[in-house]
Amino acid sequence: MSARLKLLALALLILGALAAAVVMLNVRGEGDLSEEIAATAAPAAGWRASDEVIARGAYLARAGNCQACHSARGGAPYAGGRAIETPFGTVFSSNLTPDAEHGLGRWSAPQFWRALHHGRSADGRLLTPAFPYDNTTLVSRADSDALYAYLRSLAPVPQAARPHELRFPFNTQVALAVWRALYFEPREFQADASQSADWNRGAYLVQGLGHCNACHASRNALGATHGPLDLGGGLIPMHNWYAPSLADRREAGVADWDRAEIVALLKTGAVNRASGLVTASGPMGEVVLRSTQYLSEADLGAMATYLQTLGALADATQAATAPNAKRPKPNPRGEKLYADRCATCHGDHGEGVPGAYAPLAGNRAVTMRRPANLVRIVLEGGFAPDAPGHPRPFGMPPFGQTLDNEDIAALLTHLRTSWGNQGTEISALQVNRYRGTR
Amino acid sequence: MSITHLKNALRRVSCWLPTRVHSTVLRGALLATVLAGCVAQAAPQFENTTAQRLQACTTCHGAQGRATPNGYQPRLAGKPAGYLFHQLLNFREARRDYGPMTSLVDPLGDAYLQEIGEYFASLDIAYPPPQAATASRATLQRGEQLVRHGDASQGTPACQQCHGEAMMGVAPDIPGLLGLPRDYLNAQLGAWRNGKRQAQAPDCMAQVARSLSPEDINALSQWLAAQAVAAPAKPLPEWPANRKMPLPCGGVSIEAAPVAGSQTGSSR
Repeated sequence: MSARLKLLALALLILGALAAAVVMLNVRGEGDLSEEIAATAAPAAGWRASDEVIARGAYLARAGNCQACHSARGGAPYAGGRAIETPFGTVFSSNLTPDAEHGLGRWSAPQFWRALHHGRSADGRLLTPAFPYDNTTLVSRADSDALYAYLRSLAPVPQAARPHELRFPFNTQVALAVWRALYFEPREFQADASQSADWNRGAYLVQGLGHCNACHASRNALGATHGPLDLGGGLIPMHNWYAPSLADRREAGVADWDRAEIVALLKTGAVNRASGLVTASGPMGEVVLRSTQYLSEADLGAMATYLQTLGALADATQAATAPNAKRPKPNPRGEKLYADRCATCHGDHGEGVPGAYAPLAGNRAVTMRRPANLVRIVLEGGFAPDAPGHPRPFGMPPFGQTLDNEDIAALLTHLRTSWGNQGTEISALQVNRYRGTR
Repeated sequence: MSITHLKNALRRVSCWLPTRVHSTVLRGALLATVLAGCVAQAAPQFENTTAQRLQACTTCHGAQGRATPNGYQPRLAGKPAGYLFHQLLNFREARRDYGPMTSLVDPLGDAYLQEIGEYFASLDIAYPPPQAATASRATLQRGEQLVRHGDASQGTPACQQCHGEAMMGVAPDIPGLLGLPRDYLNAQLGAWRNGKRQAQAPDCMAQVARSLSPEDINALSQWLAAQAVAAPAKPLPEWPANRKMPLPCGGVSIEAAPVAGSQTGSSR
């Protein structure tokens, strides 16, 4: 055998070993489950679990906000078809109604559990991680079965799932297998014995079904987070809203909030704190609207208990707001725009109106190092969620149509450097970056 | 006028009247007091009203929803409440395709959207003068013909058959056609024709718009935009007796308007 052939053989051997490792990593922990799946037939059409289990599943589906992705705007709930833009192409959500052809009609409970826990479809194919199975892997088998029972109780909708439009190589099973070997491991939720049952319930919901870190964490070039424990904030890919850190008091950390305030924000989308009104905006408004407003006070309280302890995990040296050491430059343009367009609601001194308009003075959403949300709220306006407990919200007008980038930059610079605010200046280029994104 | 309104009005007056009325000497003497007063009074004139809540709408749609001159963000004031409500639903549920409206109304529930519709419907605001037509006489005649009589040969019903003789619509669900800019009418009929704008099924206006050629749409927009809005400039309060709609419309409740050739009519 020549040296070259030996080298080739060695390379093939290494490749083979790597491939075997990837395959092994992709099916680890599935031994018993495979047997259960083989031995379990999907229940016949029209099968119904007990009302109690179905109701629990419906509640869990709210906690997981499954409907948000698995419904198209204006379409039947859970029938899928929503386009989810990713840096790798567009993923279309699947049909979760019990339609035999297009939905879960031929799925068994253990197959559904395998999807949640192992990220594999009924036919064994690997699912794209746009489905946050890195989080749902933590869901208990009992909760998975309840979710399954609920989804099987829905009216079947014969709507075909649209094939994903991912770019090569991300559209291949091999790429998914490699990604999973690198970043995914099926896990059970491990309760922390040093913490209360309340804290552990909150951790289970936040890290698992709630999949909070799907937005509130940064992602690497291949779209992976550092796992469900990382809630350090991140720019939501393609959407360009910044999901602020839940572990940093200068962003959206709640270590110094009352538990009742956190519960109120998640329950109603708004809370009047001593410092003024705080509302959930952008994608978080949608989360309150479609998910957290339906959760029990006990579960929201548990989530609050868990979130309050996250501050301790944060690196206190990391600067969330870049301190503005220099005195602010004179900014007559920003000042005038503020007086003309903003002051009647937000006050001459950025003090806001309790219950209606957020204060801008001392508001961390205004001074945050990453200005994405501030820019977008001014460009697009918006309402806080119209939820019971905070109905008929006061609206913020969109200014993207009437003010140009220079105007908005001057205005935001004024907000970020006035009334004691210590934020950085905003440039027209930064404003332009967030125009026209959804 | 509410007490808050009155208070705010008085505040504004007391703030700048002296500087206008008094002589330079007096003004100088009063300046400090007046300025102090103005600063103290400059707190937001906040009112816990629907109008206050809906400033998110009026920035683009004009004060009290009277429209702005650009021609694309239409008037809201005085349009029938049910029609406005249905449009808000259509934006929220993606039957109408305009991202900024969809993201604005996305977090709002049906009851609030209904309230928003009723609020703008209740506003009685003068209409702008008509737009001078720029089309040929033949085009305008075609437009008027379509509005008054339709064109049976291509399956186009007369606009007036549903939108009323005065073309100001029928409460609560059918909008008026006058007092709207030509660009807006063109854009909406065009969008309906190519499916960008939709309504609840059955989408009668889509059917009507598809029966029109681009030239017809231009003729309609030219003629409609050139008509003055006559008093009382309001939609008919109810569907006229003995009249049938030519097509079933998902956005119009059947109790309000029976459909020709149907006993029970369409479902909503």
